[in-house]
Amino acid sequence: MFDIERWQEIFDTIRKNKLRTFLTGLSVASGIFILVILLGFGQGMQNGVAKEFEQDATNRIWVSSRRTTKEYKGLNPGRIIRMNDNNFDYATSELGKDKLEYKSGVYRVNGGLINYKNESGNYGVQGVGPDYQFIENAQMLSGRFLNYDDLEGVNKVVVISERVQRELFKTVDPIDKSLQISGLNFQVIGVYSDAGGEREENRIYVPITTAKRVFNGGDRVNNLSFTFKPQENFEETLKESNNFTAELEEYLKQSHTVAPDDENAVRVFNVLNEAKRYFGLLDNINLFFWFVGICTIVAGVVGVSNIMLIIVKDRTREIGIRKALGAKPWSIIGMILHEAVFVTAVSGFAGFIVSMGLLELLGPNIEVDYILNPSVDFNIAITTVFILIFVGAVAGFIPAWRAASIKPIVALRDE
Amino acid sequence: MIEIKNLHKSYKMGSNSLHVLKGIDFSVKEGELVAIMGSSGSGKSTLLNILGMLDEADSGTYNLDNVPIKNLNETKAANYRNKFLGFVFQSFNLINYKSALENVALPLYYQKVNRKKRLQKSLDYLEQVGLKEWANHLPNELSGGQKQRVAIARAMAAEPKVLLADEPTGALDSKTSYEVMDLIQQINDKGNTILIVTHEPDIAQMCKRIVHLRDGVIEKDEMVEQVRASQYV
Repeated sequence: MFDIERWQEIFDTIRKNKLRTFLTGLSVASGIFILVILLGFGQGMQNGVAKEFEQDATNRIWVSSRRTTKEYKGLNPGRIIRMNDNNFDYATSELGKDKLEYKSGVYRVNGGLINYKNESGNYGVQGVGPDYQFIENAQMLSGRFLNYDDLEGVNKVVVISERVQRELFKTVDPIDKSLQISGLNFQVIGVYSDAGGEREENRIYVPITTAKRVFNGGDRVNNLSFTFKPQENFEETLKESNNFTAELEEYLKQSHTVAPDDENAVRVFNVLNEAKRYFGLLDNINLFFWFVGICTIVAGVVGVSNIMLIIVKDRTREIGIRKALGAKPWSIIGMILHEAVFVTAVSGFAGFIVSMGLLELLGPNIEVDYILNPSVDFNIAITTVFILIFVGAVAGFIPAWRAASIKPIVALRDE
Repeated sequence: MIEIKNLHKSYKMGSNSLHVLKGIDFSVKEGELVAIMGSSGSGKSTLLNILGMLDEADSGTYNLDNVPIKNLNETKAANYRNKFLGFVFQSFNLINYKSALENVALPLYYQKVNRKKRLQKSLDYLEQVGLKEWANHLPNELSGGQKQRVAIARAMAAEPKVLLADEPTGALDSKTSYEVMDLIQQINDKGNTILIVTHEPDIAQMCKRIVHLRDGVIEKDEMVEQVRASQYV
């Protein structure tokens, strides 16, 4: 296989045909370069989009209850369904045991008139647990969120939003200041901001125990909210969480004597089902870049084939001469392919190294909207290089074979 | 050396068939210097191509050095060409990106002679045609006569049984033509068998035998008094 004479002959040819070799190499190298950069930016775009979406807890489950719309077991429609602490306990310790990551009941206080000194406003007052920070993805700007001590001690503390701080406190630091909710004093312990914007920043949070005691909530809970522990993969998580929500819904309907087909009375909303849609979007983006990538490879292959065709055409006369001097057809084919594969491989790897280097070097610094850290899977890139070399050889084989089988006299006449 | 019996060859030109060689009987002994003459279209180049295994006959027998040349596949033909034949063409057919020396060495490459040895041998042959100083020049740096001498050196380098020359002086002026003929005569003097296709009577007269072709048959086959080219050089 390793024939030193053949190699010398090929290096001779390459050395004496610098322009041809250079152009062949350039087109192969730039093809690989473009492909790798393109795939890199495909990945970058995927990273970027994924980042845009990850601001909400995508594994969130939200339960709310309303009036019944259907008659069931002799009960009239129109009953208001109210969930209670037992429902929350059962959901977290029985149905969702080991499956839930964060959990919190929500008790909404009606008529939340808030005032600080002379400033006042209407905001949603919600009694929640410490986990609620993570369910809502609330970022603390100052102070802290509610903790279990607040819950245990039924502390009269409140976490306000950046918006409330802006509207009521103006430039004053709100931490440790006293705030009136429906005339009752609460101490401000923290300020949060929510990526959800103005609407979600309309809320202020107090411990759920305090809210129920101070505002006569009894054992009522308006909403249950959880996040589901991620499983091995997305499909698995989706399936498990849907099982959980189905069980939960069935349990709640049974415990409140609601018709199983009453859609209005108990609603369990699984955000994962929404997330599924944007994961689908990412899949489509991925698919698109693969499509473009494959088109680029096809274009590269066509380019390489074209070059091979021209090279062989260019050398028809030389092939005729060589045959007249006693070259066997296979030695002609071998010579052309050997040279082609050598040139394609060297330039292919050059393009590969340059583009990978560029991505490695610049990739981490690129952070435009929707594009983040463009990078390329090494194996995919190297595979495409080999595909291009292989297909180039196959594409070169056909014209080489044809050239080797034309009669020398025909090749010699070719001017 | 060469024996041909009842050789036929026709070419297909669209729907018509052009009968070029219509039964050639012809033999050449070792050491002969034969000119094949004829007007264009007489079939002389076709005959030479068949002799050189660059083309195949439709029917008839062809023996070269007592080896029957038939049922040739490309590989076999390549072997015979390399072993038996040396070619000189009207348009030189040197590989233009290889130096004179490398061109001469090429048939030796296909004989699997190692690089050092074949370059040495090629240099010897270049010296014989008087171009040793031009060994490292590319063909386009050489004059027509020099190119043809390189081509002759290349044809001789493989030490063929028969040297076939297709209009070797066709692209050269008469002075250069005579120089080339002088070289060919010298090679013949050493006992090499040479066939030359030409349409120039003065070149033909420098051979020892002239075969006249006309419309695909041998019209006349005569021995001539050889004119030495050296007197014109």
